[in-house]
Amino acid sequence: MSLSETLLAEEPDAALEPELTPAEQGRRKPLSRGGLIWRRLRSTPRFWVGVGLFAFLVAWAYLGPLVYPYGPDDRDIYNMGMGPTMMHWFGTDSIGMDIYAQTISGLQKSLVIGLVAGPLSTLIAAIVGSVAGYLGGIVDKSIAWVIDLLLVLPSFFLLVLLSPIFTQLSWVFLTLFLSIFSWMIMAQVVRSQTRSLKNREFVKAARFMGMSTPQIIAKHIIPNIASLLIIDATLGVAAMILSETSLSFFGFGVKPPAVSLGTLLSDGTGAALTRPWLFVFPAAVLIVLLFAISLIGDAFRDAVDPTSGANRG
Amino acid sequence: MFVYLVRRIVNYIILTVIASCLAYVLASLSLNPTAKYLGRNPPVDPHSLQNILNKFGVNPDVPLIERLWHWFSGVLHGDFGLAINSEPISRVIWERAGISLQLLLIGSIIGAVLGVVLGVWGAVRQYKASDSIVTYLSYIVFSTPTFVIAIFLMIAATALNRAIGHQLITFTGQYSAGISGGFFTQFGDRAAHLLLPTIVLVLTSAASYSRYQRNVMLDVLGADYIRTARAKGRTRGAALIRHGVRVALIPMSTFFAYSFGTLVAGASMLEIVFSWHGMGELLLTSINTSDINAVAGSTLFTAVLILCSSTLSEVLYAALDPRVRS
Repeated sequence: MSLSETLLAEEPDAALEPELTPAEQGRRKPLSRGGLIWRRLRSTPRFWVGVGLFAFLVAWAYLGPLVYPYGPDDRDIYNMGMGPTMMHWFGTDSIGMDIYAQTISGLQKSLVIGLVAGPLSTLIAAIVGSVAGYLGGIVDKSIAWVIDLLLVLPSFFLLVLLSPIFTQLSWVFLTLFLSIFSWMIMAQVVRSQTRSLKNREFVKAARFMGMSTPQIIAKHIIPNIASLLIIDATLGVAAMILSETSLSFFGFGVKPPAVSLGTLLSDGTGAALTRPWLFVFPAAVLIVLLFAISLIGDAFRDAVDPTSGANRG
Repeated sequence: MFVYLVRRIVNYIILTVIASCLAYVLASLSLNPTAKYLGRNPPVDPHSLQNILNKFGVNPDVPLIERLWHWFSGVLHGDFGLAINSEPISRVIWERAGISLQLLLIGSIIGAVLGVVLGVWGAVRQYKASDSIVTYLSYIVFSTPTFVIAIFLMIAATALNRAIGHQLITFTGQYSAGISGGFFTQFGDRAAHLLLPTIVLVLTSAASYSRYQRNVMLDVLGADYIRTARAKGRTRGAALIRHGVRVALIPMSTFFAYSFGTLVAGASMLEIVFSWHGMGELLLTSINTSDINAVAGSTLFTAVLILCSSTLSEVLYAALDPRVRS
């Protein structure tokens, strides 16, 4: 794969380095890999659009409730089933709950679930994949087999199947289960990367100097695939929010009284044709959120690996 | 190659057996089929309750390992047990698989073709405005859950129907109940029901195929043999089609074979939203009705489908690309 080759390249192609201004050339010092990635990232408009949108949504989720009179649990019994007005910006549902307040509350929940479950699944993938790839032999074989087994059963089905268990608990367990069933593909990538890193000189040197296996994995293997892991964690946030929303939409995820964007969409669907504000506003927030995260993740992937995606040529 | 393939298939069969047994055990542990009969008024006689549970093979008093063995040996003889409405699961699966296929086949083929065309176009016109528009559009489709696209389309269709004052687009179920008429009436009715789900499928699959095809095509465009073809006097278009697209389609065909297997699982949302009674819907509703046999049967079906399509994609790859054949 071109991805792995680029990631393992010691020095990035000279032609790919950004143009330097004369002032920069004067005080030029060797650019670190992180510095190079940051430099490429900085010049990608997509990255800034994504970061801007995401920062706006996070700020809105936590500052929005401060300036708004209604909370997610308040009922306005004089204005039930109203369209958007000055009083209720996104309208109210049939029992007078304020959709604006509920959307913000759902956004908070979805953000937390995504930001916890995405990196958590990357963490599992990093540990499992690097251990399998580094140790090899029977450990590697059995881990690879477990990964195959989990891939045969679609994770959406597994989550639905297990939902009677975790919906009785709380949405925290939903977050855990989401990450438990979504690390497999990334673990395979980490595993193959580790296998090729394992025979590199610096890893061998560390081994002969008497470093223990966990130390080598933590100090030499993981830092070398860090950029790959960061990309996966970023895109994982979007993937987890998407899974959570779909599960909750079909009644297998977050359960009332807890609110997430998925439960809001699920409640709004029945009225989507007659009172569209119940559905359209939460849906729009969800789309913008996922769009922002995918822009960030994708810009990052292009910065790490200029031969993939939109930046190459 | 042959030995490799046989080993691979044996491994897949073992995986399927274990995965479906696992699904059966998980379903038995997390679902409670007895709850349906308890708390009824008048109460169900305990003796007949035992009979009912034994008939379905879901009696919690029987050790789980014994129930599993009973189910598994039945599967080996082609008997998947009874669904909650006493229909044999094997028949239910065949019926519903046909319905899912009707729903998925047209949409995923059009989506793949459209995705390939858009991907090639984007790669050839890299960095042009049209390329970035396609790119951004595909990001937006990626960021929208399938059911949200479906419901937006339903809102639009309802508005359209209202505007022209005639039920042009219908989107609930596979066909209108009690419709009568000749072949063309029937056909038109089914086509009207298929329209919206097909659009959703085309959008989502074209988005992912176009990204993938664009990447593959960009790889190919930089290859030496394209330059050679141009150098020996082929026009730009001929070099692109004969030497570029044909090579770029090899990884695409395997990708298509593989994703068709996973599509059936992913289409469950589509089936629920549009009220089609297909395989995906079977799994979700059977969990709600605590129907252990149906859950296990449909999981087994999905696992077999995924394994078949991944084997198919490997075979296709070997058949199309001489470099991996040896």
